[in-house]
Amino acid sequence: MTTARAKAPPPLADERLLFLLRELLRIRRFEEKAAELYSLGKIRGFLHLYIGEEACAVGAMQALTEDDRIVATYRDHGHALARGLPPGALMAEMFGKANGCSRGRGGSMHFFDVGRRFYGGYAIVGGGLPVAVGLALADKLQGNPFVTACFFGDGAVVEGEFHESMNLAALWRLPLLFLYENNLYAMGTAIERSQAQLDMELRARGYGVPAEAVDGMDVLAVEDATRRAVEAIRGGGGPHLLELKTYRFRAHSLADPDLYRTKDEVEDWRQRDPIDLFVARHGIGEAAVAEADAAVAAELEAAVAEAEAGEWEPLEDLERDVHTPVGP
Amino acid sequence: MTTTYREAVRAGLREALQGDERVFLMGEDVGRYGGAFAVSLGLLEEFGPERVRDTPLSESTFVGAGIGAAIAGMRPIVEVMTINFSLLALDQVVNNAAALRYMSGGQMSVPLVVRMATGGGRQLAAQHAHSLEVWYAHVPGIKAVAPATVADARGMLLAALQEADPVFIFEHATLYPLEGELEDGDLPLGRAAVRRPGTDVTLVTYGGSLPKTLEAAGQLAAEGVEAEVLDLRSLRPLDMDAVLESVAKTHRIVVVDEGWRTGSLAAEVGMQVAERGFDLLDWPPQRVCSAEVPMPYAKHLEDAALPSAERIVWAVREMLA
Repeated sequence: MTTARAKAPPPLADERLLFLLRELLRIRRFEEKAAELYSLGKIRGFLHLYIGEEACAVGAMQALTEDDRIVATYRDHGHALARGLPPGALMAEMFGKANGCSRGRGGSMHFFDVGRRFYGGYAIVGGGLPVAVGLALADKLQGNPFVTACFFGDGAVVEGEFHESMNLAALWRLPLLFLYENNLYAMGTAIERSQAQLDMELRARGYGVPAEAVDGMDVLAVEDATRRAVEAIRGGGGPHLLELKTYRFRAHSLADPDLYRTKDEVEDWRQRDPIDLFVARHGIGEAAVAEADAAVAAELEAAVAEAEAGEWEPLEDLERDVHTPVGP
Repeated sequence: MTTTYREAVRAGLREALQGDERVFLMGEDVGRYGGAFAVSLGLLEEFGPERVRDTPLSESTFVGAGIGAAIAGMRPIVEVMTINFSLLALDQVVNNAAALRYMSGGQMSVPLVVRMATGGGRQLAAQHAHSLEVWYAHVPGIKAVAPATVADARGMLLAALQEADPVFIFEHATLYPLEGELEDGDLPLGRAAVRRPGTDVTLVTYGGSLPKTLEAAGQLAAEGVEAEVLDLRSLRPLDMDAVLESVAKTHRIVVVDEGWRTGSLAAEVGMQVAERGFDLLDWPPQRVCSAEVPMPYAKHLEDAALPSAERIVWAVREMLA
């Protein structure tokens, strides 16, 4: 078993800036491609895009080791890509192909890669939280130095499981990082219309869980806050919560006519586009951006080709994996 | 060795905790209180609070935590106080425990054991006394078992811990004080057992209805009717081969099931007999189930709502008239 260690924040050399830019761009372009393929009917079911929220997943993932465990939501493309799941396996999953990351059984909302300790996209809002509590409990019982990072949104924080999980994680001092992606809307319901108390630091304090609000449009701010929280958790500090204040630029899903918020509001948030902000703040030149974009485009072209080339799961395997096969 | 059903479950828990350091027990009041039904009494002192873990009243999250811990290499045994309370965790059961392996394309197993008390007969009214096992038995991806004897109470728990997938164990609350013989050895899940051989009618049952069904068979014997009593033991998968084997001999079947009649396990068994054994039958399949009411408190009403030996005898008499 490998030993988890806190990664020191590498200096912001050009190479690292370009790496982060590419991480952000990969998600942005992947989502744009997914939307296009959805309109062509290649991808079906629900499609929830992460556009606008890229800095949350990319920033948080920089501060986690490959031994740490990730639990995501149904809006899981960004989490999966930032975790390093191959874009081809994700695209194939959305095509419903057997070479998809969940053999075409899960689709967009249920990406899994247990080898990369990516324990899945959960599509019952709040439903991943108890599982994350259990993963963290197992690590505590086994004496592992790992952290479980659980993403969830503002819809989840009014579910009973959020309350239960915060209480239980704090009661048992579990190595669990609550990553609250607050994009202000649970589908079409604004947080003001669903949360009696909007101050998450205050709510978290009620459970004895240290919390911090972070600009979720600033990838380095997210990384920095995550690094500090993870260090505290690994040091035995129990669960921590980060509220990543963010916004989805696209509708809830491609089935959503987006009638519940104003165009001005969306436009205001687009002025804080996490990729544009990053590029501007670090003075990354146009040529470098174009180069990164081209590299990502090539990756995605290959990913789509991989999805197209994938086989369909044979019908005789319909019932495969309902149960674990019994050994000889 | 003669012991009670309660002590047999405890013996199984103790063996599991002794034999595998990945095993831990968690649930409401399993530790310091000793279990709402005193099943885990003494285990906290023996194994400590990490492995006999009291939880807050957070059914959804401690069942979900069992799922997560199972995925990460532990062998959790989760106790839910009663089946009515387990509804608070049904999301975790159906959407996660049962689905994760399939939904991930076979990347993970969830070796979780969940035990809970079920059933009526103790005047606990409409929120503590239902028999909802069929809802679990409906779900692909999990196994559901209902030990009805002292030997099964221990043996099926240990067998459940050998499974790679989630197993739900339903312990009828009226069985805990019953005495019987404890047996060593392994027990395969998924097999029904003939509890009383007979030739005239097959009485299929499980769990807390077994004692009533055996009582009915005794009364029928006094009338010259030899009933075969088949204990399903496993509710998912169902051992329909055993049911059909018995029906091939008796040509008549009554299913005794404490669940509500509509959509019951009895309905499933009867339908499968009709599908696979229609030609074996001399009489339409019958069932004795609970009345379609939320469980009433008053004793005479509760008695009338539940299957009884008397009602089983009536059902058989009608078939043989």
